[in-house]
Amino acid sequence: MKSTPDLAVEATGLIKHFGSTRAVDGIDLAVPAGTVYGVLGPNGAGKTTAVRILTTLQQPDGGTATVLGHDIQREPDTVRSLVSLTGQFASVDEDLTGTENLVLLGRLLGYSRSQARRRADDLLTAFGLADAADRQVKKYSGGMRRRIDIAASIVVTPEVLFLDEPTTGLDPRSRNQVWDIIRVLVSGGTTVLLTTQYLDEADQLADRIAVIDHGKVIAEGTSGELKASVGAGAVHVRLRDPVKRPDAERHLTKALGVPVLLEHDPVALSARVEDSDLVARAISGLIAAGIEVAEFSLGQPSLDEVFLALTGRPAEEATEDAPGEETAA
Amino acid sequence: MSTHQPTAAKNGVATAVDENLIATLTAGSRPPRPSGVTTALTFGWRAMLKIKHVPEQLFDVTLTPIIFTLMFTYLFGGALAGSVESYLQFLLPGILVQTVILTTVYTGFTLNTDISKGVFDRFRSLPIWRPSPLVGALLGDAVRYAVASTVVVVLGLVLGFRPDGGVIGVVGAVVILLVFASGIGWIFTTLGLILRTPNAVMGVGMMIIMPFTFASNIFVDPSTMPSWLQSFVDVNPITHLVTAERGLMAGTASAGDIGWVLLAAAALTAVFGPLTMYLYRRR
Ligand SMILES: Nc1ncnc2c1ncn2[C@@H]1O[C@H](COP(=O)(O)OP(=O)(O)O)[C@@H](O)[C@H]1O
Ligand SMILES: [Mg+2]
Repeated sequence: MKSTPDLAVEATGLIKHFGSTRAVDGIDLAVPAGTVYGVLGPNGAGKTTAVRILTTLQQPDGGTATVLGHDIQREPDTVRSLVSLTGQFASVDEDLTGTENLVLLGRLLGYSRSQARRRADDLLTAFGLADAADRQVKKYSGGMRRRIDIAASIVVTPEVLFLDEPTTGLDPRSRNQVWDIIRVLVSGGTTVLLTTQYLDEADQLADRIAVIDHGKVIAEGTSGELKASVGAGAVHVRLRDPVKRPDAERHLTKALGVPVLLEHDPVALSARVEDSDLVARAISGLIAAGIEVAEFSLGQPSLDEVFLALTGRPAEEATEDAPGEETAA
Repeated sequence: MSTHQPTAAKNGVATAVDENLIATLTAGSRPPRPSGVTTALTFGWRAMLKIKHVPEQLFDVTLTPIIFTLMFTYLFGGALAGSVESYLQFLLPGILVQTVILTTVYTGFTLNTDISKGVFDRFRSLPIWRPSPLVGALLGDAVRYAVASTVVVVLGLVLGFRPDGGVIGVVGAVVILLVFASGIGWIFTTLGLILRTPNAVMGVGMMIIMPFTFASNIFVDPSTMPSWLQSFVDVNPITHLVTAERGLMAGTASAGDIGWVLLAAAALTAVFGPLTMYLYRRR
């Protein structure tokens, strides 16, 4: 099959309608392997439906998708052996204990009884749930529950991990714990596709972001690109030593690939940029060249502004009106 | 403006988690794919765990049979057969059938409840033999049917039921009944996947089951019934099942009676098993 091997997930024109609801209305995605990909959108945007299609739980009405080159409709079983899903709502059995849930999954994935038991113990310890191992999951706190959900998804380390709104409703501390877990998973080579309603979450975690609304991708790119697409941002740099300014100008022009403006302030330079990663590299370049930077700032629009510009309404407000929405499937 | 933190190691706790996690991650290699039998049995084990954690769900398979047996024995015993003792010899195999067949409705009820939870999505996204969650659920239910059967038989023995077929006859009757009940179970897994709520499954299930159990030879000899009813009773599968059960317990069952029950179970599975799987895939 024709496929790009370095793409973990590739979707073309995915469509899923429920009656007159166009839940997914022609979504294209290209998720590079080994990265975190954020699917950002308000409640009802079609995130869960898209994830369910990509993990073979739902048949699309149109379009195609592959996971590591395997077609989700023609090779669903192969796809299931590559992916793992942490659903938006309770994705483990709440009546069972933490250990029982993980042993159950270990057995279903092919471990022997003792291997499954050992794997469960290791995971519970790694996720800080050892003390709650023999407690029913329904008695876990929200943060603990999310951690057991994720642990259940990596009993066998998947190639691609789908996380559907992993931090919705969590307190900031639990949210940070989940973020840490995701970062570690990616450093271990797993590709993560996560959906979120939180702009800062996508900004913090995701290498690339697809903004979806009403079942359509309305913007795609790095968070820097998204911000730049709304109105190019600017980087402002202040040096310690005005003598170094011509050097700095030369370096920055080369690194950023755009004209650099010398400001009235004899230590200040600025440039319009598209990509915050590029800026980070340019600044480290300056420091490496022995040009001391007193301060720098990125005058970029926030993702909130991005969403507002793209949809004509703020994302956070759109998410408020359907709390606790539950899918019928 | 948000700042980019290059690593997770903002504090000591996170670092400790990281080290364990990285070690744990590398350990999660994929074992060989398990057989369908293993995964189905594993789901059966899950059903047992659920009974362990939610023992209330055994009430309906223990209390209901006790109430039914006592009620019908003492209510109808004197009137229908002259004495409680002699009616019990007739009634017990029938009440056993009614108890277990009513319990099969819970198979659909439980599946409908279970499948609406997120954990079923996880099961469905695993690379396993696809029917295993359903087959495992039926295996778990077979245990519930066995519990119900045991309650009825033991209570019957206490009340004075003395089967001529002996231990072998009674055990044989229970086994054949479990096979038939598992076949019926597929009807209710189908219903469980079609209907929206667990209560709808319960309502519709009972509506289907009730006429079949009452318009049968469970409680009275059909020769006392009006002829239009008799003709229904004669073709009612439950009647055939009860005849086989009585025969087995009395030690007089014919191969034809038993063969009919096994065939019916096979036919039910052949029709409603694939239908259930078809619906399950589409969910
Ligand atoms: N099984 C379903 N039946 C009918 N409508 C559905 C179903 N699942 C989702 N929808 C609808 O499709 C739209 C997208 O839902 P969903 O994918 O859950 O969005 P999100 O996860 O972004 O909140 C919503 O309008 C939702 O009500
Ligand atoms: Mg959702």
